[in-house]
Amino acid sequence: MSSLAVRKAAPAAGTTPGTAQGPPLRRRIAFVPTLTLLLGALYCLLPVAWVAIAATKSGRELFSTFTFLPGTGFAENLKDLNAYRDGVYWKWMGNSALYAGLGALLSTAVSALSGYALAIYRFRGRETVFNVLLAGVLMPPVILAIPQYLLLAKADLTDSYASVLLPLVLSPYGVYLARIYATAAVPGDVVEAGRMDGASEWRIFTRIALPMMIPGLVTVFLFQFVAVWNNFLLPYIMLSDDEKFPITLGLFTLLEQGANAPALYTLVITGALLAVIPLIALFLVIQRFWSLDLLSGAVKS
Amino acid sequence: MTSARRKAYGVKGAPYAFLLPATILFALFFALPIGYAIWLSLHKVQVKGLGLGSGARSEVWAGLENYTDALTDSELLHGALRVLGYGAIVIPVMLGLALLFALMLDTDRVRLAPFTRLAIFLPYAIPGVVAALLWGFLYLPDVSPFYFVLDKLGMPQPDLLDGGPLYLALSNIAVWGGTGFNMIVIYTSLRAIPAEVYEAAKLDGATPLQIALRIKIPMVAPSLVLTFFFSIIATLQVFSEPTTLKPLTNSVSTTWSPLMKVYQDAFGKSDIHSAAATAVIIALVTLALSFGFLRTANSRTRQEEAR
Repeated sequence: MSSLAVRKAAPAAGTTPGTAQGPPLRRRIAFVPTLTLLLGALYCLLPVAWVAIAATKSGRELFSTFTFLPGTGFAENLKDLNAYRDGVYWKWMGNSALYAGLGALLSTAVSALSGYALAIYRFRGRETVFNVLLAGVLMPPVILAIPQYLLLAKADLTDSYASVLLPLVLSPYGVYLARIYATAAVPGDVVEAGRMDGASEWRIFTRIALPMMIPGLVTVFLFQFVAVWNNFLLPYIMLSDDEKFPITLGLFTLLEQGANAPALYTLVITGALLAVIPLIALFLVIQRFWSLDLLSGAVKS
Repeated sequence: MTSARRKAYGVKGAPYAFLLPATILFALFFALPIGYAIWLSLHKVQVKGLGLGSGARSEVWAGLENYTDALTDSELLHGALRVLGYGAIVIPVMLGLALLFALMLDTDRVRLAPFTRLAIFLPYAIPGVVAALLWGFLYLPDVSPFYFVLDKLGMPQPDLLDGGPLYLALSNIAVWGGTGFNMIVIYTSLRAIPAEVYEAAKLDGATPLQIALRIKIPMVAPSLVLTFFFSIIATLQVFSEPTTLKPLTNSVSTTWSPLMKVYQDAFGKSDIHSAAATAVIIALVTLALSFGFLRTANSRTRQEEAR
């Protein structure tokens, strides 16, 4: 993280403590900004607070008691969710973890290789390769997903784990970030020194460059993890066997059935709460380590 | 001599070898599908006789027929207009809020900044489907706290999932989900401004508002451009939020947004050829908008640099 911290300008005045003989406390707090931010936080937390409370309500309480009044049915709801179709809910969670974890790992590896190559080497067609890869960002997923489905159907690969994993491995945004990060973090003379010592290009990459790129690659991994975990369109198109569904698609089908059987609504709500907990926990943990400065690097380039 | 030459050759080949996985994946999952979509869009199914037996259905050249059909299809036009209206709400509100929060975070003596920053960023971690689902329930009169409050106040209760309010309901989901991410992008570039830049202005007695308007906003203009650009692309491709709200209301049709129409044509009607044509049109519009936008943004910055 340190290399990024160095590049960052001195923290803005907002984070520096007041001067020694500063004004009294009342004047030291900026009320309007603090209040604005608190209102923003309230708005952003409202649905999360709602789902946490709604998940404690039994089906009857959900439609009859005041919204933010906790109910008595949480244990019951959990039991129903566990029992629903022999615990298919947990299968969905597991699938999401697999798609997002493995997918993001593969994606980060490909991004690291390509980003490093585009940043370090001077070769013919470098900018063309980069621009063509970047144009991928602009492709609406649906123009890709439907022909991907039809082509995978010809290879008899639809409705499989691979059909959701593979199309997402190449992430143009990941390659873009990895290139910027390699440019900033891997000095050209270090690579040159490695060559002088007779190391192969592959060895220079794995032993010297890769460790230097790790903080940036963590960011690429997390971006891709969230992108795959949140993806809906691709599994929606590719999968029909609900044993392979990720959690987004699973909850969606549950909601769709709930339109005819409102008893399922409590399951949807409890399921939604449990589905956001892992990602929120992940965020709370990683935000300590995750340097979002990489984004500003991306912005400034 | 020979070893030196071999090494030089190794260096030359290395970037291509490193780029091989990305190239293969690009060919298989980007280039090939795009090519296939274009091919499909230029063909149609011809049925011989009763369409029974093998070989009775064949794909024949259709020229631009699918395209003219798609462009004269009023449903696609209406979908495009709906998304335009939706984008006209989402983009200014979301980016306005993101800029406002970023500037507030960057103010002197602001309290609870780490907490509020994290809280506002949190929705980024929540899948669009789940976000739409949560808000969808909050829009239902029997469940919603808003209706409860309106009821107590004796005020009229609009149907949030119908007509004009539906746009607001959908826009709100996008604003909720996207503000935090854009705020972080803008905030990080605000923090990258060296403190000396403000010192002179402060000594001259400039108010925080003046500093924000005259110094900060112009200096983060590039990141505003970037967030605007990504927001446009995301808006054109809106799909999962309206699809998720569909089970809760009859007002979201299966063809509410152009992408939903593509899905409906391809899988609902099994008409992959016109679906492909519509998808190609959407892609072309996206590309045209993106390049047009990048071009104006680039020439702007160049003009400013020249100054």
